[in-house]
Amino acid sequence: MIRLENVTKRYDGTTAVDGLTLEVAAGEVCVLIGASGCGKTTTLRMINRLIEPTSGTILVDERDVMDRSPEELRRSMGYVIQSVGLFPHITVADNILTVPKLLGWDRERMDIRARDLLQLVGLDPGEYGGKYPRQLSGGEAQRVGVARALAADPPVLLMDEPFGAVDPLTRERLQAEFARIQRELRKTVVFVTHDVDEAIRLADRIAVMRDGRLQQYDTPERILDHPANTFVHDFMGSDRALKRLGRVQVDSVMRTDVPVAADGRSPDAIARAAACSESRFVYLVDPQRRLEGWFDCRALELEGSAETAITNVDWREVSVHPDASLKEALSRMLGLGFRSISVVDETGVLLGVVGLDDIEETMTDSDAYIAPASAGVNETGEAEA
Amino acid sequence: MRRRGAAIGVVAAAVALYAYVVARQDWWAAALARLFPSLPEAVFPSATVADLVLQHLQIVLISSALTILVGLPLGIWVTRPSGRDFRALVATAVDFGQTFPPVAVLALVMPLLGFGLWPAIVALSLYGLFPVVSNTVAGLEAVSPAVLDAARGMGMGRWRILATVELPLAARVIMAGIRTSVIINIGTATVAAAVGAGGLGSPIYSGISLQNGAWVLEGAAAAALLAVLADAVLAQVERAVSPLS
Repeated sequence: MIRLENVTKRYDGTTAVDGLTLEVAAGEVCVLIGASGCGKTTTLRMINRLIEPTSGTILVDERDVMDRSPEELRRSMGYVIQSVGLFPHITVADNILTVPKLLGWDRERMDIRARDLLQLVGLDPGEYGGKYPRQLSGGEAQRVGVARALAADPPVLLMDEPFGAVDPLTRERLQAEFARIQRELRKTVVFVTHDVDEAIRLADRIAVMRDGRLQQYDTPERILDHPANTFVHDFMGSDRALKRLGRVQVDSVMRTDVPVAADGRSPDAIARAAACSESRFVYLVDPQRRLEGWFDCRALELEGSAETAITNVDWREVSVHPDASLKEALSRMLGLGFRSISVVDETGVLLGVVGLDDIEETMTDSDAYIAPASAGVNETGEAEA
Repeated sequence: MRRRGAAIGVVAAAVALYAYVVARQDWWAAALARLFPSLPEAVFPSATVADLVLQHLQIVLISSALTILVGLPLGIWVTRPSGRDFRALVATAVDFGQTFPPVAVLALVMPLLGFGLWPAIVALSLYGLFPVVSNTVAGLEAVSPAVLDAARGMGMGRWRILATVELPLAARVIMAGIRTSVIINIGTATVAAAVGAGGLGSPIYSGISLQNGAWVLEGAAAAALLAVLADAVLAQVERAVSPLS
């Protein structure tokens, strides 16, 4: 658990962080968000004493960080930065083992740890362990950066725009994997970003900052629905309903009772096998249950030809991953002109289907309404501003 | 890896060949006599070429060792928070050390240290400082700030970062500075003869005063070959310490 009490950082003339009070519960992801220069990175760096506060107290597990040696403190916290900062002269495995080496682990334990961590972040240990950082793509380097931060299994993770320097597609994937790893490991995470979608997707609580002061600290849902003031309202953007979809993963709303028929037979055989009474579409899969296309029962009705009712597809182009957000799924549907989209795993195996009506339902569950400014929960009293 | 091995083999063979040629005093006598048939004494009589090379190496090794011993810590210090304020001052001083002619330094140091090896060592050490210090600073400053931030953020101490991150990453640039310094030193060390420190400058100085071109050539050729050889040896060292090879 991390607690900041009235923390201020002043540089000559300017105040970077101004009387910040914030509490991050154990196992939660706290995202600090704001425009550049709002003090979010300064706040993060004060937690591991890379910057020392001018006044105020920072407690980690009820212990004042100023009472601990900076080195010992930092070894108990994973640290991930946007530019990764892998050591270019040593291998990926040795990079990952930086902190275990500082802590004096024995060789065998370190080898096992490096292998496990590479696996955890989705890199093949045999292939990547001996590589050098210059041989990695941006996304791979950042995965190694995350593995390095997790190496000594620290309870706390500090992440400063960790996915800010990779392309949007890789960023989505890294976010999904971070969410998966976090569900598994339940670290106490302080995460800095200026990307609202990223904050909404990953945060348990979001701290919106402006000019060194906390504007609102609350769950993403409440920040979207009840912004504490006009700044928060404007910062989160006008598409708040859409943004909320970024919080929901496809696999939590998809329907799994999808009618399927094995492909590879004649159109007429498919037409007979298709249980058209159940729903309009029957999905065609191969023996491994990989998506190959679908059968449109209404087309059969209208045109009477089984052949025109069949659509063969490449699953990569017309599906979403179960880790994807509803926002992504909706965007894909709009792009493809579909009213529903299939959900498949990495190998193309059909897991379920999510439709526009499912998304609509999710949205009405927590109907968006903009609260009056005073309704926002705010720990510094900024709401009245 | 195989090409590296072959390159080291070639350099080692060149070193052995140089040592052998230097040891064959009779070859030098014969060659110089043929080039300068009018001179009664074509080869320097006071010392063999081998002895002169050994003296020369002694001067160069001691002065270069001193240069590194002073220059490397100086370069490290001015890139630390405690020494950053002195960076400009050190750069100017070191710069001045190289622009000041070594012969003049010899003349200035002689009253203090007398005649012989030590005034020569002092003059040469100061003269070679510039490339070592400037390359040490350049190498350390080229280390990416992100790497240093990550190192600090993971709980590495200042000395550990220097020893395991900064110096390995700067090693190639620092070594290039040392190489330049040593090469300059081998040529410049011929002035040591002016204060009686010996070395390959001896036949050159004597040859000039007695108008014996053969002696000048003898000293100059041996020194030039030594410089070329040292350059090749140090180039291999530079590659060996390069972190990304």
